[in-house]
Amino acid sequence: MSFLARHRIILPVVSLAVLLAATFYMQPRAMSYFGLNLLFNLAVPIALATIAQMLIIMVNDIDLSLGAFVSLAACVTATSLNDAPLLGALILLGLILSYALLGAVIHMLELPAIVVTLGMSFVWGGIALFILPAPGGVSPDWLRTLMTVKPPIAPMAVVAAVIIAAVTHLLIMRSGIGTVLRGVGGNARSVARAGWSLVRLKALAYGLAGLFGVLAGMALVGLTTSADANIALRYTLLSIAGVILGGGEFIGGRVSPTGAVIGALTLTLAASFLSFMRLSPDWQIGAQGAILILVLTARLIFSRKGAEE
Amino acid sequence: MKLFSKPWLWSWLAAAAAFAVTAALTSGRGGGELAYAALSFGAFAAIVGLGQMLVITLGPGNVDLSIPATMTLAATLALKAMGSQPGTAFLGLGIALAVGLGAGLANYALIYLLRLPPIIATLAASLVYQSVAIWSNRGLRIKPPTGLADFATGRFLGLPNVAWVGLALAIVVWVILERSVWGRWLLATGQNLRVARLAGIPVELVRAATYISVALFSALAGYLLASFSGGAALNMGQEYLLMSIAVVVIGGSSIAGGDSNVPGVWGAALFMFLVVSMLNSYGAVAGLRNVLTGTIIIAIVIAASTRRNRA
Repeated sequence: MSFLARHRIILPVVSLAVLLAATFYMQPRAMSYFGLNLLFNLAVPIALATIAQMLIIMVNDIDLSLGAFVSLAACVTATSLNDAPLLGALILLGLILSYALLGAVIHMLELPAIVVTLGMSFVWGGIALFILPAPGGVSPDWLRTLMTVKPPIAPMAVVAAVIIAAVTHLLIMRSGIGTVLRGVGGNARSVARAGWSLVRLKALAYGLAGLFGVLAGMALVGLTTSADANIALRYTLLSIAGVILGGGEFIGGRVSPTGAVIGALTLTLAASFLSFMRLSPDWQIGAQGAILILVLTARLIFSRKGAEE
Repeated sequence: MKLFSKPWLWSWLAAAAAFAVTAALTSGRGGGELAYAALSFGAFAAIVGLGQMLVITLGPGNVDLSIPATMTLAATLALKAMGSQPGTAFLGLGIALAVGLGAGLANYALIYLLRLPPIIATLAASLVYQSVAIWSNRGLRIKPPTGLADFATGRFLGLPNVAWVGLALAIVVWVILERSVWGRWLLATGQNLRVARLAGIPVELVRAATYISVALFSALAGYLLASFSGGAALNMGQEYLLMSIAVVVIGGSSIAGGDSNVPGVWGAALFMFLVVSMLNSYGAVAGLRNVLTGTIIIAIVIAASTRRNRA
């Protein structure tokens, strides 16, 4: 195994650094507290959603409903949580529990996660439309304050990203239960033979994903101050891309929380970078795709020569 | 083989039930119109569904997320080239298929040369296609030539022309899958890539042909849909991403690959249209309609999987 293959985290770190350097070169004024804050403004909800997706990918599933779920959480936050905090909190808790239940059902009935989450994306989207038929709602004041706080030295988004990465790293990479959860993706049968209940583990992984999905929705509302039923639909694809950019694999429980957060930061930065390049708006989406391809091409270095898929 | 063990049966039963429930509301009147509409709109879902089915058959991790972007790009460029001039229908078709061929080749190049997971490769590529579509037309709506529009909305022997196209494609796909060496190669590749390769099957050629086919199908669907609905729109493909995956799975194909089901795709495509019109005719609001659609999809998947486990 080469040095790079063992330290998969190098790729996301280098991609982020290169993109950041390019941004600073294009726009030196971005190299400030205020500039960084603008660049990474929307990174926090994307990072949280990416962690949620990573938790699902960790157990060899994929979540196509995450964008709709984050939108729903945002709608609840902007309505119930603001008007009746207790009821709102209960609804959000219910959402997390239903995610855990979903994980258990998917495992018990041996359903393909990709299809069930596809169906759930209609359900979450429908409920969100029910709660908020037209864009609106108000962010709770405390959430607004939390998301716009100006900590010393580094801007809020950067501090939050470091905290998210540290907490999830401890949880997934360092703790006992995190190791077992990764084991479900690596070799579910051996985890079951070792006496663990796979149903409970899957429910836990999905429940944690639900928790991070809800947090993503709350963070998003704190930043945008209002919500609508489609506010975060693009998070489904963004979060999958973020996990892979961060060095994760679709199967085998090989994920990296730190990498996922860095992947989310890279995706956010790519959007800001393109607006600095004064690229015609027609090409912004395409250029984002091109950057994605470019960064992933670097993965080639990491796969051993002639390795079988 | 018993009738009940046919995996495509469930999607057809579900479609029939949705049809009956909707028709019951109008006490039988309008049943013909409903069936006609279902065949017209179902045809587009069936065409992209057939393409997605071939890709999903390739095995776990294979899915084409660029279908909507390919549809939009092919339709936009084709309609721009035709410029509403009469007699240009085949020129437009040629351009749409050329776009499909290009998109398929590009998708596969990313997957093979860069070893990207297909989900990510097609996702990233679709962003580029979308940009090209925006740049080439800025969302201006160009009308299709009259003759082409008449064809797309017309009927033959009582059935919509687009349904005939979808039906013909389904038969071609079925024959190729069930009766040709290519089909066997595709199924074998989906069941076990490594074994297929060791058995001497040119797996990379099979994968390339599959990714090109799905892009061609998407391009054709986009071309027909734009002609059907009076012009290309930038968001015209949007609903077909989830739709294409849903019809494959409801249709009884295995999401794990290696086991595909052509008749089921058509049944599921009809069902997906009928269930929405059923909920519409009972006056369900958009939110409730989505919740019920999602619940029904999951219920069918659960029904299909318990049947499979017992078998």
